[in-house]
Amino acid sequence: MSDIVQSLEGVLERLHIDVGLRPILSFVILLAAVFAVVYAALWGAVRARWITRNTAAFWVFVSPWIVGFLVFTGGPMVYSLVLSFTDWNLIDPAKFVGIANYREAFSDPDLGQALKVTLTYAVVSVPLQTVLSLAVALLMNIKVRGIHVFRTIWYLPSLVTGVAQAVLFIWVFNPGYGLANGLLRVFGIEGPKWLFDAHWALPTVIIMSLWTVGGNMIIYLAGLQDISKELYEAAEIDGANRWRSLWNITIPQVSPVIFFNVVTGLIYAMQTFTQGYVVTHNGGGPADSLLFYVLYLYNNAFSFFRMGYASALAWIFFIMIMVLTAVVFRGSAFWVYYESQRPKERRRRVHVG
Amino acid sequence: MSMSASTRALTAKGGGGPRREPLGTRILALTLLVVGSIGFVYPFLWMIATALRTPEGVSHGGVSLWPIQWQWSNFADGLGSFPFWAYLRNSLLSTLVPVAAVVFSSSLVGFAFARIRARGSGVLFAIVLSTLLLPQEVTIVPQFILFKDLDMIDTLWPIIVPTFFGSAFFIFLYRQFYLRLPAALTDAALIDGAGWFRIWFSIYLPLSRPIIIATAVLQFMSYWNNFFQAAIYLTTDRWKTLPLALAGFQSVNGTNTPLLMATALVVTLPCVLLFFIAQRHIIGGISFTGSK
Repeated sequence: MSDIVQSLEGVLERLHIDVGLRPILSFVILLAAVFAVVYAALWGAVRARWITRNTAAFWVFVSPWIVGFLVFTGGPMVYSLVLSFTDWNLIDPAKFVGIANYREAFSDPDLGQALKVTLTYAVVSVPLQTVLSLAVALLMNIKVRGIHVFRTIWYLPSLVTGVAQAVLFIWVFNPGYGLANGLLRVFGIEGPKWLFDAHWALPTVIIMSLWTVGGNMIIYLAGLQDISKELYEAAEIDGANRWRSLWNITIPQVSPVIFFNVVTGLIYAMQTFTQGYVVTHNGGGPADSLLFYVLYLYNNAFSFFRMGYASALAWIFFIMIMVLTAVVFRGSAFWVYYESQRPKERRRRVHVG
Repeated sequence: MSMSASTRALTAKGGGGPRREPLGTRILALTLLVVGSIGFVYPFLWMIATALRTPEGVSHGGVSLWPIQWQWSNFADGLGSFPFWAYLRNSLLSTLVPVAAVVFSSSLVGFAFARIRARGSGVLFAIVLSTLLLPQEVTIVPQFILFKDLDMIDTLWPIIVPTFFGSAFFIFLYRQFYLRLPAALTDAALIDGAGWFRIWFSIYLPLSRPIIIATAVLQFMSYWNNFFQAAIYLTTDRWKTLPLALAGFQSVNGTNTPLLMATALVVTLPCVLLFFIAQRHIIGGISFTGSK
């Protein structure tokens, strides 16, 4: 791979192309060759009447995604599986080591800590976020003038994300001058050291994550407003009170949205990186209490240059996420309600064009 | 759930759901909302206050929002502590190019899934959806090696290039959007002998305004705040982006909190401005995300 690129760049150098443009041009040339082969094959298939013109058009239209998937996702996944059976520091030739990396992973105390931190974070923060954002959405679904001002206020913190959010909350939870301990002092309580305390660091990051529930709140609100009024009217005629309506109409009706948010929220929570990296200056925090899985993977790959071990970690991570998602999907049969299998949706899925 | 329902969520005074609540319920809900709103917005206001205080003012001010010393020079000093203009240019490049790229590529692919009938389309769409569950961290090591082989480490290319191939999430959004447009649009054009590319480009793309805006805004926000990839690929000042400057701030300025908060505000500002400009579309786009 790098040989082809090197020789292409050599050709571009002889053509006096600017050094900064050589890598991208080489890549574009390689890609153009791939696309040319794909399109020629499709054209041939249409000529030979193996496929219809429409089918060929479809594959031409989706070819960017397919090529992108193979180059940036599918190919790399296979490659990382191969790498995970090697020992490689990027410089010396890779050495095949069999399952040594996986064996090491299962007895690596740091990995155990990273798993504990990441799973605790995901399992605690996602339900808390779900309950909070749904509760706020229910409160916001009342008919009061000016309610949209509240929607904006609750959504605003979601705009302060990533590094900016992390640096803000390092300051909010500063043990000496921070907002949190300052408020507690008003009530005469001396607060904990938050991010500097091994027991408090993870709960602090979980509290941080609750600040940005505004995005989910909006999704729930749209779901709530989609519920048909007749359901509530019918319930009222049957003498159901508001709690009954909430449990027997509202929650079942928005359960698909809850399901969607729980699945995406879990995957997102498992991927937590920025908070751990910024808060701890890439150190893992006190007693590694903020050593998130991806942070540990990042360190192995880009600080210790253990590409083989990092690849094994990536595959373990991948399998873990798949299992977790499968569990949530399995469990969903018990609590997610789809309106009479949603015949409307089904009809939509059939091609109309 | 439809796009119109989502915009209703933001604009209407009240929406669907139960009938008008009794007065007591409404007062209780409103009280909770007011208290919660203050709690939610307070850290943000406190951040602004800190950004405008002197270091002494910060230790005196404590948790209060007042007094403020209006130390506007914090902004100049904070941004002056690193090559701000170079970082800003890099942030803009690594955000705006992906926005433009993803808007068009996802539209093209989403259109094919919605409108062109072909064998294998359903299976392929299932594969596209399943990649949504795939965390990018899984492929980061081989991707890094790929970009290293392509000679692209410490350039913006590793962040920009993949966006030209569409993103599964936005492909899904576009497909859902196009499925709701009348099918007659394509039938008429096909009878007139228009090719699929023409149909996409001159009929569907011009009708895509709401979904284009939602896509552009969501993509802008995620790439403007992109930290993971930036931390991996960008190593020198020449190509570093603003989130990296913010993350490395404390090692440069010690613990000068007002400067840090001023810089953090500047980095956040484009997203806040964008939110107020395109509020309706953002909310529409986000709630569209939760389509059943």
